[in-house]
Amino acid sequence: MLHGFVIAVASGKGGTGKTTIATNLAHYVAHLGQKVQYLDCDVEEPNGHIFLKPQIAASHKVTVAVPQVDLEKCTGCGKCGEICQYSAILCIKESVLTFEQLCHSCGGCMRVCPADAIKAKQLEIGDIEHGKAGDVDFIHGRLRIGYVRTPALIKEVKNHIKEKHLTIIDVPPGTSCPVVEAVKSADFVLLVTEPTPFGLNDLKLAVGLLREMNLPFAVIINRYGIGNDKVEKYCEAENINICLKLPDDRRIAEAYSSGRMIVDVLSEYGKEFSELYEYIKSVKAGIDDKRRLRIRRKNNS
Amino acid sequence: MKIAVTSTGRTLESGVDPRFGRAACFIIVDTETMELSVIENESVAAAGGAGISSAKVVIDGGAEAVLTGNCGPNAQRTLSTAGVKLYTQVTGTVAEAVELFKSGKLTEATGPNVQSHFGMDR
Repeated sequence: MLHGFVIAVASGKGGTGKTTIATNLAHYVAHLGQKVQYLDCDVEEPNGHIFLKPQIAASHKVTVAVPQVDLEKCTGCGKCGEICQYSAILCIKESVLTFEQLCHSCGGCMRVCPADAIKAKQLEIGDIEHGKAGDVDFIHGRLRIGYVRTPALIKEVKNHIKEKHLTIIDVPPGTSCPVVEAVKSADFVLLVTEPTPFGLNDLKLAVGLLREMNLPFAVIINRYGIGNDKVEKYCEAENINICLKLPDDRRIAEAYSSGRMIVDVLSEYGKEFSELYEYIKSVKAGIDDKRRLRIRRKNNS
Repeated sequence: MKIAVTSTGRTLESGVDPRFGRAACFIIVDTETMELSVIENESVAAAGGAGISSAKVVIDGGAEAVLTGNCGPNAQRTLSTAGVKLYTQVTGTVAEAVELFKSGKLTEATGPNVQSHFGMDR
């Protein structure tokens, strides 16, 4: 069993099958008795719930601190506007304007205000719901429409990571701030791609990001059989492990389109997810060995 | 009075830049003396808040009116707080725009004429 191991399922390109892999893996390993939690960190468009169909037991609002200016105390010095890198606060003549949507909650304006005229107020950016999908612990974040504080909400979702579980994080697509926040501190990343020029192009971007972040990863090729072999050749040249090839099967697409899980509808694919689970176990064993070795070396020196 | 015109270049013959926040530069013109000063817009490639910081630049430059193509809500709010008049949908060269303004042929905008992020990637 895997305890306290965090897997992030990511991809450069959207629509490669992150949610398919993440939800099926969570659902499948739960059947094997593995304690597992699924965290949908694709908070701008969470859709893991469509497949896992959780019973939501609780929800709470997520807020961030934004400045509130007391104009009675404000001396109009303009220091708040000078420190803000996002133009979220600005001193214009006698008045101070705030643009809450642009604020990144650094607190800089509150610190530099010599008149102590700026206080934090809470701005609601979204909510988090949790519950159970069979034996899978389910958590997802939902960003309010029109709000841009994606990483802040993802961070809150990740605060729900439980020690004694295998945690599977469904990461938003791309390679920008929300992705960085979602994969940060994961023990291992599964990069889902498809064997097409689009898949390869965006896979390279994602690989660049993960290497920059020094995170270990392997590739999953979804819809294997379409396109060409360039993703495989790239992985070979770059020494990247391909840990699963999920074939291009019309029945998978049909299951997906009706919100059903592959491992429920097409039992033969249990083998693929079983192998993926074993692979993750071997990765964890390898990481644990390395850690032990490092500790031993440290103690010896 | 001083007015700011968004411009694609550094001279009066340059075209009016249709973007406010992400204009290439601002030409500040004194309508009495026709003296100019050119301010390069550092917010051209800003990740966000370009309209607000651009508004701050023209306010600090002493402009009492802005002539531009399009202006979003954040910039409009900033300009109006400072009492700067806004004229949108202005086209042609900067010189033509200034002439239209001086002859009173421009109509003041009552609000933003585009959404936030209009000038991104344009």
